[in-house]
Amino acid sequence: MRPANESELSDLIAGRISPVISCGGGTRPIGLTSIGERLYLGNLNRITQYEPGALTLVAEAGTTLKTIFEILNEKGQMLPFEPIDYRGLLGCRGEPTIGGMVATNSSGPRRVKVGACRDYVIGLRFVDGEGNIIKSGGRVMKNVTGYDLTKLLTGSFGTLGIITEVALKVLPAPTHAAVLLIEGLPEKLALEVLNRSLNSPFEVSGAAHLCSGLDGYPVTMIRLEGFQSSVMYRAEELSKYLEDTVTITVETDPERTRGGWEYIRDVGPFQNRKGDVWKIITKPNEALSLVKGLRESIEIEVFYDWAGSLIWALVHKGTNLRDYLQSLNGHATLIRASDGNKSNLQVFHQQSIMELELKKRLKHKFDPRNILNQGMIL
Amino acid sequence: MEMPSSNNSIINDKDRLIGLFNRILSTDSVISDPYETKAYECDGLTAYKCSPLAVLLPRTTEEVSEILKICHEEKVPVIPRGAGTSLSGGALPTSDSVILGTSRLNNILDLDVENRMVRVQTGVTNLSVTEAVESEGFFYAPDPSSQLVCTIAGNIAMNSGGAHCLKYGVTTNNLLGVKIVLMDGSVMELGGEYLDSGGLDLLGVVCGSEGQLGIVTEAVLKIIPKPEGARPILLGFDSNVIAGNCVSDIIGEGILPVAIEFMDRLCIRACEDFVGAGYPDVEALLIVEVEGSAKEIDEQLDRIKVIASRHNPVAMKESKSDQESKLIWLGRKSAFGAMGRINDYMCLDGTIPVSRLPDVLEGISSLSENYGLAVANVFHAGDGNLHPLILFNANQEGELEKCESLGADILNLCVELGGCLSGEHGVGVEKRDLMTNQFSRQDLEIQMRVKDVFDPDWLLNPAKVFPLEISMERRLN
Ligand SMILES: Cc1cc2nc3c(=O)[nH]c(=O)nc-3n(C[C@H](O)[C@H](O)[C@H](O)COP(=O)(O)OP(=O)(O)OC[C@H]3O[C@@H](n4cnc5c(N)ncnc54)[C@H](O)[C@@H]3O)c2cc1C
Repeated sequence: MRPANESELSDLIAGRISPVISCGGGTRPIGLTSIGERLYLGNLNRITQYEPGALTLVAEAGTTLKTIFEILNEKGQMLPFEPIDYRGLLGCRGEPTIGGMVATNSSGPRRVKVGACRDYVIGLRFVDGEGNIIKSGGRVMKNVTGYDLTKLLTGSFGTLGIITEVALKVLPAPTHAAVLLIEGLPEKLALEVLNRSLNSPFEVSGAAHLCSGLDGYPVTMIRLEGFQSSVMYRAEELSKYLEDTVTITVETDPERTRGGWEYIRDVGPFQNRKGDVWKIITKPNEALSLVKGLRESIEIEVFYDWAGSLIWALVHKGTNLRDYLQSLNGHATLIRASDGNKSNLQVFHQQSIMELELKKRLKHKFDPRNILNQGMIL
Repeated sequence: MEMPSSNNSIINDKDRLIGLFNRILSTDSVISDPYETKAYECDGLTAYKCSPLAVLLPRTTEEVSEILKICHEEKVPVIPRGAGTSLSGGALPTSDSVILGTSRLNNILDLDVENRMVRVQTGVTNLSVTEAVESEGFFYAPDPSSQLVCTIAGNIAMNSGGAHCLKYGVTTNNLLGVKIVLMDGSVMELGGEYLDSGGLDLLGVVCGSEGQLGIVTEAVLKIIPKPEGARPILLGFDSNVIAGNCVSDIIGEGILPVAIEFMDRLCIRACEDFVGAGYPDVEALLIVEVEGSAKEIDEQLDRIKVIASRHNPVAMKESKSDQESKLIWLGRKSAFGAMGRINDYMCLDGTIPVSRLPDVLEGISSLSENYGLAVANVFHAGDGNLHPLILFNANQEGELEKCESLGADILNLCVELGGCLSGEHGVGVEKRDLMTNQFSRQDLEIQMRVKDVFDPDWLLNPAKVFPLEISMERRLN
């Protein structure tokens, strides 16, 4: 099914009795593919409005990120949260869409400084499970007019409604970046350095550690962005601030800095590698002991983003990582696995019974016939 | 503005109900003497008043849970209250309701500077969070002008913002988790000591829900390292519209100041008289603040001056010292109080896309002329959040109604220009009846269904946010 526009989509949902699976670009197959007919949103692909002076962009859900990046680039602006591109990791083709990005609340390395995708979605329109066209939020930065359904729909994997249009806050893209590179640090020290950097006033916008970089040695990466002189100043100050512990080189080549962070963002280390990939979110200073515990029990490779708040893990197929994360302060998502393993292990983290119950009731209110992306997260 | 008629059977049952509360709370936590409950008859929207049946001031989450169990069982409406500074009547009680106040839930539970977060009970004041982490070089970013007294509970309920939210976001962007008690007394944690919860973002919908979904008793807040320095510049223009243009230019050129605040002549004079902030006497004033090292600040201010110069400023004055900067902000943060000294006023809170600032300012001034009521403007220009203050005489018959009608026209103008009714003060009772101008019946229906899930009997702050006739069936069932 390929509705031509929102109103066709609304009629289609209203008249349906069997389930649908919404598809933007089909590039983020994270939740378990549920039963139903595929609903392609590629025809909803207009940029409704772009006002650089107001830092806002409104686009229909099927608009490709490629298109969005092109028009933002022209005005020197960006989606600040650096949405992850899953194509390499999940082995899919196609063009990611803005609707898919919002439905999965995708954010990348800059999330530590600027916030997540959900922090930049300022409004949206969607079709609920009965075919009603609903709008929430608006296209202004600040808004407490009624409940923030925009947050609820962002990251809902299409289970509460089919998103048809999103309004985003955008920001000026930094003109320059510098990356502080530190080679050979043991994990403990690396995480300490990353957290010290984030706790400094120098506005760090990326904080990652690879236990084994491209040359096989550990590398710690700290990113600074902004106007050139400010970046250079902060690179120097932060280097001085950390120097007692480590030796630092500063990389400022635009291609290399961009490439390096795309590698982190898109889970480069685990692309083209066999095994299941998990994404673990936790408290930064609990990352190390958590990983240590896992290593004692299973064969596992990890790397760290968000100064340890985000751990990407590669394990043998079918390993139930959650068995070894009993006291996890956070949650673990199974991002890449076969459908069979996803179904056995569950993609999303088990929540408290109460929370689950509440979410089920919400789902029922938005989609009483349970036809939208059935079983995806609930 | 109307409130629903009270349920007399609850009022007549007062003694028994107080007895039930006394059984679970210490005596100093239950206030039922009409002389004392009168102190809770209104919040910052003082035009509307009504004493509650009783005021309950629990000290723990468990006590909150016990209170709600009783109220749930007995079908008594509950009005959550922080410091009572809401400007939209969010904490306004009815005579058949109990106020559940957070004033004794006022402990900071965990200062976790290493992980850039703190856990607090929600009755702590906004400013005390920053005060607690300041010596470690951190701050809590959302800074409502009322920060000295308003509570984190109220901030979460209203998704409050402040001058520095242009760069750092509002409450929802700085909130990692909450402990919340639902109307049936059950307690749950949403989010926690980490970034981004998986699955449906319940935390996101609780923030800004105006006390209608549950009582928030604890919060995990993100704290941010203090910048090396910060300094404001004052830019004066001889018309509001030109100042508005300058704001969209600054933002359009890739500079992101921490704050861009706007004030017109009426406000400037009132603030000068009140605190002597050193503002130039101009038609329209922008306070633009930037952060960083001394050199970074100089560079950004230079860029801003270049942009401002294109708009023929009549005054440009950089702050030269911390002392001067403090005064400049004191003036801005006292603006409402300063206006209050010279006149009764009603404070609005509409938002518009920044690019429409000139249009909205023009529209407001012509509406103000038509109504014959003066309007002063002081607001967060960088993110298009307006606070028109309508001056009126509360003692003169019919003026309040006239003022409300002008207020409604201004807010509807905001909606027409692509904005919304409230940027940070919330809908409360004040803007409840305007909701149908911004939302369709279906939009509101699905919002109300969210409340149905959290509070099926509609006992929590029931007569707020949604127009009464739309929520009636749910409230009466
Ligand atoms: C002079 C002045 C200046 C102001 N400046 C700003 C500003 O710059 N920015 C801004 O955003 N606001 C501002 N405000 C408005 C107000 O201060 C904020 O809305 C504030 O967050 C309210 O906090 P409070 O503790 O006073 O809450 P209250 O007024 O007591 O309550 C506000 C809402 O929160 C609900 N609530 C209270 N406690 C709980 C709880 N535990 N659980 C669930 N719900 C609860 C109440 O029911 C009510 O709906 C200003 C107000 C004044 C008087």
